[in-house]
Amino acid sequence: MEFQVSNKAKMLTTVLMVVGVVFTALGVFMAMPGEGQESHLGQKFLANLLVNSFFYFAIGISALFFMALQYATETGWFVSVKRVIEAIAGFLPYGMGLLLITFLTLSFMSGAHIYQWMDSEVMQEGGSHYDELAAGKGAYLNITFFWIRTVIYMAVYYLFMRGFRQRSLEQDNNPEGAVGIHFTNYKKGALFLVFFAVFSSTSTWDWIMSIDVHWFSTLFGWYVFAGAWCSAMTVMVITVLYLKKLGYLPKVNESHIHDLGKWTFATSFLWSYMWFSQYMLIWYANIPEETTYYLMRIEHFKGIYFGMFFINFAFPMLILMSRDAKRHAGILTFVGLIILAGHWTDVWVMVMGGSMGPTASFGTLEIGMALVFLGLFVKVVLSNLAKAPLTPKYHPYLDESLHHEI
Amino acid sequence: MHKESAIREPLILGHKTYHQITEDVCKPIEDKAPRMWYILFSIAAILGLYGVGCILYLLGTGIGTWGLNKTVGWAWDITNFVWWVGIGHAGTLISAVLLLFRQKWRMAINRSAEAMTIFAVFMAGLFPLIHMGRIWVAYWVLPLPNQFGSLWVNFNSPLLWDVFAISTYLSVSLVFWYIGLIPDFATIRDRVKKPVPKKMYSMLSFGWSGRAKHWNRFELVSLVLAGVATPLVFSVHSIVSFDFATSVIPGWHTTIFPPYFVAGAVFSGFAMVQTLMLVMRKAMRLEAYIHTKHVEYMNIVIMVTGSIVGTAYITELFISWYSGVEYEAYAFINRATGPYWWAYWAMMTCNVISPQLMWFKKLRRSLLFTFIISIVVNIGMWFERFVIIVTSVHRDYLPSSWSMFYPTHIDIGIFIGTIGLFFVFFLLFARFFPVLALNEVKTILKSSGESFKNDEAHSPAYSLADQHLAFKVSHDHNDDYAHGHTTTQVETGPAVEPMTEAPADGNIEILLSAVGKANADDKDDLKLLNGLGPAIETKLNNIGIFTLAQIAKMTKAEYDLLDEFIDLRGRAEKDDWAGQANDLLNNNEK
Repeated sequence: MEFQVSNKAKMLTTVLMVVGVVFTALGVFMAMPGEGQESHLGQKFLANLLVNSFFYFAIGISALFFMALQYATETGWFVSVKRVIEAIAGFLPYGMGLLLITFLTLSFMSGAHIYQWMDSEVMQEGGSHYDELAAGKGAYLNITFFWIRTVIYMAVYYLFMRGFRQRSLEQDNNPEGAVGIHFTNYKKGALFLVFFAVFSSTSTWDWIMSIDVHWFSTLFGWYVFAGAWCSAMTVMVITVLYLKKLGYLPKVNESHIHDLGKWTFATSFLWSYMWFSQYMLIWYANIPEETTYYLMRIEHFKGIYFGMFFINFAFPMLILMSRDAKRHAGILTFVGLIILAGHWTDVWVMVMGGSMGPTASFGTLEIGMALVFLGLFVKVVLSNLAKAPLTPKYHPYLDESLHHEI
Repeated sequence: MHKESAIREPLILGHKTYHQITEDVCKPIEDKAPRMWYILFSIAAILGLYGVGCILYLLGTGIGTWGLNKTVGWAWDITNFVWWVGIGHAGTLISAVLLLFRQKWRMAINRSAEAMTIFAVFMAGLFPLIHMGRIWVAYWVLPLPNQFGSLWVNFNSPLLWDVFAISTYLSVSLVFWYIGLIPDFATIRDRVKKPVPKKMYSMLSFGWSGRAKHWNRFELVSLVLAGVATPLVFSVHSIVSFDFATSVIPGWHTTIFPPYFVAGAVFSGFAMVQTLMLVMRKAMRLEAYIHTKHVEYMNIVIMVTGSIVGTAYITELFISWYSGVEYEAYAFINRATGPYWWAYWAMMTCNVISPQLMWFKKLRRSLLFTFIISIVVNIGMWFERFVIIVTSVHRDYLPSSWSMFYPTHIDIGIFIGTIGLFFVFFLLFARFFPVLALNEVKTILKSSGESFKNDEAHSPAYSLADQHLAFKVSHDHNDDYAHGHTTTQVETGPAVEPMTEAPADGNIEILLSAVGKANADDKDDLKLLNGLGPAIETKLNNIGIFTLAQIAKMTKAEYDLLDEFIDLRGRAEKDDWAGQANDLLNNNEK
């Protein structure tokens, strides 16, 4: 069945974006420095841009990762929701574009106090803010190498995304070649996982960990990835439930929803496990160069930071534990939306803690920009859904998926 | 209704019936052990006894008999401990995590992998115990009321968390393993004849009856236990990694340790499963159930977890430079270029490079190659722990106290001894326990069995005829019989329903092909046999048995079949018709 974006949805996303733009403008206006005040506006604006473009980019790339994982593990059940995953992964070009705009602006503004290592005054001996520890990382953290890496990540991600989508659509029109296409996807899925295993860590170091330029944690890449994966799973569940509510995806039954719910549950645990491992080890060893990360966040964002952990861990654990909850549209949507907001907050604290620090605040600018991105994300995903039939054809596991029962 | 796509490779090769699965799994238990088993068992027992001797010497003399010194306070003991715990991860991962992921191929290997897990955890638990020195006060690690003086366990110490984590893991794994064994024990109970084993197996099987209600509860409990065991798979090795990562020793303290240790544990556990399974499938003739596809799946797990471990090594290495902490950087430089460089490079080669070879389909489907790599990986994972433990502490912050570690023969003896004990346990398991979860395997026969998948099944999964065939083939090597069977066409086409009503003609044919055909003209007076009256004679004639010669050829199998047609209640066997008929025929010839 072909999906059509309803007028209501079109309107709603447009309204979200317009309201978001108005709020953002209002926030910018309000953050204009008065006479003799120090301006944080540029930093504030860019930090928010980074939070949102990274968050939605990460959802897109995690959806792509999830799809590659399903291909590589020869999973059967996911076939009937695979177009939804493709549509979410289809946000990648937008997410990348926005990230690139952010990085480009930052590169021209010497890092705008977000990436201090982009500032030659910090990195070069004799500079006004020379920082020996940061300078020691100069071989890795420099603008040229940063861009080389960023471009490679994005090019690889984009090519894989396009390839998966093209092959998926081709399979619909090619009953004879369907099995062959499936095996190509199987191989490409495994190959993608190899790239992703390396890039997911390194890109997180480059884009997020380097904000706290002195700080380091070997687990950080996996931690951020786990959060993004969990966010992507909630987006998948919510999108599937939305489509079902409108009467689409008739062949997606309770078992599929249950499986998606299980993944949400499991990735929430994965994220909590990573959060705990990193936090506990740093707290326990109590080495100053490591604890600084948490001390700063606890000092300025105590409620938000621990509240975010509590929500992202306890909510899915307590509410999604039971089998029935994982099959209940209302509960899944409720928990999904809350932990989605929780993971957004996680990214917000990650970026703000290292960049704005004590000067960070949550006001109209933050709300506005979050709304713009939310509207854009939903709009793009829905229009992607409308571009192809919702149920694929001729996939060798389609029959398994249609008869899925657990 | 479950569907399985045609492009998935079958999990059970050839044509098997439910009965044959039972036969294939139970035969090694019911038959006499092959000589090889005794040889292996003796070797393992000798090694194990040597290890026990070393342990007794250690306990009597003291920890000083190990090569430990003031700087290197942990060496082979903890290396061996972590190595064994790591190996003990595969079983529960296979049975719990793969159950949640609905991986049907796990059914062929979960039983023995779980057994291996439990034995490996036994071996692991030994090391902290003997490391205490005074093992007779081992109960002091328990948080008991403080009546031993000023001792109270330190709840802040991950070493204590380890005690709880591992004992929880061991108990849940044991329960999980045992629950799975119950229906299979019941199957053996119903087959064995000797009174003592029958008593044993019926106690072990807890009165399992195979009712739908029992199965329902069995499946529920498996799922619940899988849910409980899954976090345990993560927690155990995470806490083992905390033993190191919570301390401020360069090379030990790094945040990636918990997930990376878990991946490493699964990596080494699967390698051990491969080592054991490749031998076991051959020795016990289970090639139809554990075949190339299973080996390939396990190799993929080894490849993936090996890559995760490799990524973690590189991450640690990179961050040690990126951090700008010179102690951290030195720890890694010392590993790669210091006096223990060989251990580091052995670890890198075995753990990072060798699993990457599994990308080649030819290699990961080659049994010999897999066997070699599985041993290589286990060696590599031992070196990983050695590298982490010894090379990180042997050059500490104070260069004047730098030292080396040299193992004594007690170190070596205890390590080898645990390998011996491990194999003693595993060989006993293979001898007396069903090594394949036979009742679970039966559930996938029709969806994943080769002949059923290809629609070529020449007989249904359940039929008396096939049971008879299987019985004959395994118990009788008479050429005539073999010939008779191969030419006998039983039913064709996959009948699905079990046969509970009147026996089909196919069974009569089977019977007749075993005893030979005859017609009414050659009719003997069958009433000459004791216990055979005119009524039974008519019935026998009706199914085509007319002569004494036919009856003389009967064995237990034919009696059983006869019982299906004519309700004899075992009288034929009791009165030994075949023997009587033979005597009569011999007398006639004279």
